[in-house]
Amino acid sequence: MADFKLIGQSFAPQDLVAKITGRAKYAEDFRAEGMLFTKLLSSPMPHCRVRSIDYSAALELEGVVAVLTPDEVPQEEHPFEPALTNEPVYEGEPILAVAAVDEVTAANAIELIRVDYEPLPFVLNPLDSLRPGGPDANTGGNVYNGREITTLKWDQSVFDGVGPDQMPIGPGTEEDQWEYGDLEAGFANADLVIEETLYCQSVSHHPMEPRTSMAYWQNGKLYMHGSAQSTAQARRAIADRVGVELDDVFFIAEYCGGGFGSKIRGSVLEVIPALLSRKAGRPVMMRITRAEETMMGRARPGMLGHARLGMRRDGRITALDLFLVQDNGPYSRQGDSSTSGDVSALGYTPEAMRASTVSVLTNTPPRAAQRGPGGVQIVSMLAPVVSRAARQLGVDPLQVHLVNAPNHETEFGRGPYPITSAYVTEALTQCGELFNWSERRQRSGQRNGSKVRGVGMALSPYYGGTSGWDGLVVIRPDGKLYIHQGVGNLGTHSVVDTAKAAAEALDFPWENTEVVWGHSSRHLPHSSSQSGSQTTHAHTRANWVVGEFAKTLLQELAALELGGSSSAYQVSGGRVFGPGGSLTFAQAAERAIARGGKFDGHELPEDINDMTRTSATALAGQGLVAAAKDNLPHTARTYSFVVSMIELDLDLETGMHEILNVTSVADCGTVLNPRSLIAQGNGGVIQGIGIAQSFKWAIDPTWGVHLSKRIEATKPPTMLDIPTELIFAAVDLPDPQNPVGSKGIGEPPVGAGAGALVCAIEDAMGGQHPSHQPLTPDKILSIVENDCLPCGRLETHV
Amino acid sequence: MAVIHDVMPAYELFQPTDVEGAIALLNEHGESARVLAGGMDTWDWLKDRTKRVTALVDLAGIQELREIRATADGVDIGALAPLSTVVKDPEIQQNYSVLAEAANKVATPQIRNQGTIGGNVSQDTRCWYYRAGWPCYRAGGNICYANTPASLNREHAILGADRCVAVSPSDTAPALIALDARMVVQNRSGEREIDAATFFIGPGTDIEQMTVLRTGDVLTTIRIPNAWSGASFYFEKVTDRKSWDFPLVNVASALRVEGGVIQDARIAVGGVAAKPLRLFRVEQAIIGQPANEETAAAAGELAVRGAEPLRLNGYKVPLMRNLVKRSIRGQETV
Ligand SMILES: Cc1cc2nc3c(=O)[nH]c(=O)nc-3n(C[C@H](O)[C@H](O)[C@H](O)COP(=O)(O)OP(=O)(O)OC[C@H]3O[C@@H](n4cnc5c(N)ncnc54)[C@H](O)[C@@H]3O)c2cc1C
Repeated sequence: MADFKLIGQSFAPQDLVAKITGRAKYAEDFRAEGMLFTKLLSSPMPHCRVRSIDYSAALELEGVVAVLTPDEVPQEEHPFEPALTNEPVYEGEPILAVAAVDEVTAANAIELIRVDYEPLPFVLNPLDSLRPGGPDANTGGNVYNGREITTLKWDQSVFDGVGPDQMPIGPGTEEDQWEYGDLEAGFANADLVIEETLYCQSVSHHPMEPRTSMAYWQNGKLYMHGSAQSTAQARRAIADRVGVELDDVFFIAEYCGGGFGSKIRGSVLEVIPALLSRKAGRPVMMRITRAEETMMGRARPGMLGHARLGMRRDGRITALDLFLVQDNGPYSRQGDSSTSGDVSALGYTPEAMRASTVSVLTNTPPRAAQRGPGGVQIVSMLAPVVSRAARQLGVDPLQVHLVNAPNHETEFGRGPYPITSAYVTEALTQCGELFNWSERRQRSGQRNGSKVRGVGMALSPYYGGTSGWDGLVVIRPDGKLYIHQGVGNLGTHSVVDTAKAAAEALDFPWENTEVVWGHSSRHLPHSSSQSGSQTTHAHTRANWVVGEFAKTLLQELAALELGGSSSAYQVSGGRVFGPGGSLTFAQAAERAIARGGKFDGHELPEDINDMTRTSATALAGQGLVAAAKDNLPHTARTYSFVVSMIELDLDLETGMHEILNVTSVADCGTVLNPRSLIAQGNGGVIQGIGIAQSFKWAIDPTWGVHLSKRIEATKPPTMLDIPTELIFAAVDLPDPQNPVGSKGIGEPPVGAGAGALVCAIEDAMGGQHPSHQPLTPDKILSIVENDCLPCGRLETHV
Repeated sequence: MAVIHDVMPAYELFQPTDVEGAIALLNEHGESARVLAGGMDTWDWLKDRTKRVTALVDLAGIQELREIRATADGVDIGALAPLSTVVKDPEIQQNYSVLAEAANKVATPQIRNQGTIGGNVSQDTRCWYYRAGWPCYRAGGNICYANTPASLNREHAILGADRCVAVSPSDTAPALIALDARMVVQNRSGEREIDAATFFIGPGTDIEQMTVLRTGDVLTTIRIPNAWSGASFYFEKVTDRKSWDFPLVNVASALRVEGGVIQDARIAVGGVAAKPLRLFRVEQAIIGQPANEETAAAAGELAVRGAEPLRLNGYKVPLMRNLVKRSIRGQETV
């Protein structure tokens, strides 16, 4: 392994003090001269049409300045989401916005508005929409195929063949079907074939910071303070949504209070303060409340499904037949269920597999990718099926995972897709040792009064990175290295951690490095969104490449200035030195400015993105400016993996559990920053535990109205739900297609935590599988007492 | 007219410094005013704009109402004592630990610092249909949205329902009933003391109220007699997660056991009916019985007799049964 000075060291990110002292400014903390506040009139029902609306009385209220209606915001064709609409497709969807001198006035004004709503048929459970004659969530249909909305109904016979608690299996949408291998032979070769109904609930993202934003205009340019997972990508999205040129948007988001996928490119709601501000001629702040965040924020799509799995006596999975119906929410098509197929194909490498999915529109809050989209759902649904099969065959679940583990040579799924690396056997073995699997496993099923011990595990693969983005660095006459980052700062530290690759490539001391991010006027490169666990991989690559490119420029510059061949010069410790002597970075920056051309950003590489070019051009002449595109080879898919193991006590008299130990091990390539890794890893595992344990929605089936808008009613996990024994480690072996060996790690811990908790609870219940997350005490008790769930097995949002 | 939630409206705030001043203000403003203690329930209603008042009479400035005092025959807890103070009080911890334990299970540390014991027993139900402002029986309408064939009523009542199926949310209430606490209430006409078990009322008595408190009443003191001082206590609360969660069911008990035989008992259960239920029948049945598994199991069965579960809350029957059982025999461990 390469000998790194920065990569692999624990660092505190430089925004830490600002964050813990409360000095960090989030969108809501900004004020501008003459600023107004806006409140939203939102739909009281899940699907309706606004017949008429009279806001004259609202406008007359003292302190009200302007009203923004759907006619004034871009209305794209469904299922693209408008910021305001006359045909709401979910309860809580914004219809109109009022700007006033303060929020109370704006809210009071909304209470003066008269609206005549025409209720339209609505649907909450995707299966209801697939029935013949079932309601459609959108007047255009119930399925979005990526290009247009169409209608998909299953034949009545599909439903007649199954009982109320059995998953009906009809045709999926065409592009969502694939298979490989000989499925029937796989089942024939299996020693056990089991079938299970699958269910995973929809859950809100609920980042700590809601999607608040503040906007104003100056000289025809839009200044937007928002909350986004990427500065570069959000800025582009704002320009598109508001309908202005990219160069006319300044996006300011130095800090983002979490997104989990719900703010990948900011939020469509940012259009509201932007356009209201233009209309009112004054800055407008739109604070989103927690209850609004439940509705207008985003959520993970729930799934209903069916799995048929064949296993040999040695634990090898011979065949997997997977069918999933996804609760898509009302707008753009979610990729989760499709990812679910890939994740199960990679995690269990079945000898033969078929995946069929359909994503159905529903009149429930809009969905978006949520940390491990598709992965969390399938791991938490399928891991218990695998462990149940293992139990029936008398094989140890760890053994099952080892037997089916992918490795570097694995080509998986529908592709079949080669992967860059998979140290899964290593991760499983290390986790087993750290957790003491074989010893703890002995305690499985032990009774202590009403309590039973349960031990479970899960393996969660997830995408680990993209490539092809740009890097941009400047060495200024002050002798410092400025690393420009277009990714966002959403709390993962990757905005800082990935910058280290540039400093590492230049062998430059970190104390003299400045990371530049968070404000588009600071000239940021074209960067990935902070999603799909891509940042670590994508931007260590881009920053390494730009670091190497800066090094080349320094060597060439030194050769020109000092004589000799450029290859005879070395770069280290803030100096370039060789046969003709040496230059400090400060001197090099001055010489670069004097020489101009390719040294100071006046000539730029051809292949960089326009956004990077604009930024680098703005920086030209300020030092040695290097901009480069990541053209390193990336010939296979990059995946990371996390294994989690959980031991718990389940109280059969109350249905409550007490987690005793959670141990997880990641294969995320070389660890960039051990301290960040542990925070991210455990944070993800806890998020997963919360989804398996208590996180949910409740929507009244008769009225389609959400009953758990308050965050305490959605029940994310709390401090006390976190066990004191919480361990996260990594195999720390390099991925060959990343210059520093790293792969992404944001997402896979969530599925591992969720899957391991479900399996541990099932283990404590002697293999009885509740099949309906979250596994709250009511469900546990109903199964213990009556062997059935309190609600329907296919009932959603309950 | 359009509806908007989640924006605190303007209101007038009064901050009297004595009980008489508070009562005078309450009478002056009548139905348009409300008592404000910690605000953890009240502000929810206001911010949601589902209940409208124009004035709040804040009791926080009345120093005497914040104090906890040992008396000759027990302890007097000022209604404004924050829950966290109740948890930490040495006298309560020493002799009436069931109350300290119950108070310590309320919500979160932050809410326990802000919420008061008087507010905790006076708080409204958490039925999510009612709190969302749906025009149900409890809100003066003529339907219960939580009790239809499709309703989401996992959290609702299995006992004592009468049109409304909402439940008592308080964790301290069962403990106070188990301690035979008395509620001291003051109004324009003077002071009265009410037994904790009758302080709480069900929909059959008044469908729009959770307690006997009426406009103009101030709960000043919660008086704990020493009758149960140092008894053998039990409190348990079952929730979906370990903090920041109302009880699905909770139980509190006080037992006097001598020579292995139960001499006297109080058992109360919350989360199963609109009011916390004192289980008189069960208490009678176990007095004179050995304090063992058999008695406990029989008590559990007896406790749930007559339970009428709704669509999604059938689990509360075994849960209440098990909790009552545990309140007599403790959590069984080997
Ligand atoms: C997120 C959340 C979770 C919670 N979880 C729990 C829980 O797990 N268990 C639990 O028991 N409680 C829980 N609570 C409730 C909380 O403990 C109570 O709301 C709180 O104790 C109410 O007390 P308060 O002092 O804030 O009262 P307020 O909100 O100020 O008052 C509540 C009501 O009582 C009336 N009132 C208050 N004091 C008096 C008085 N002295 N005289 C006359 N009337 C009075 C008020 O007018 C009002 O109607 C939770 C609350 C929240 C917001």
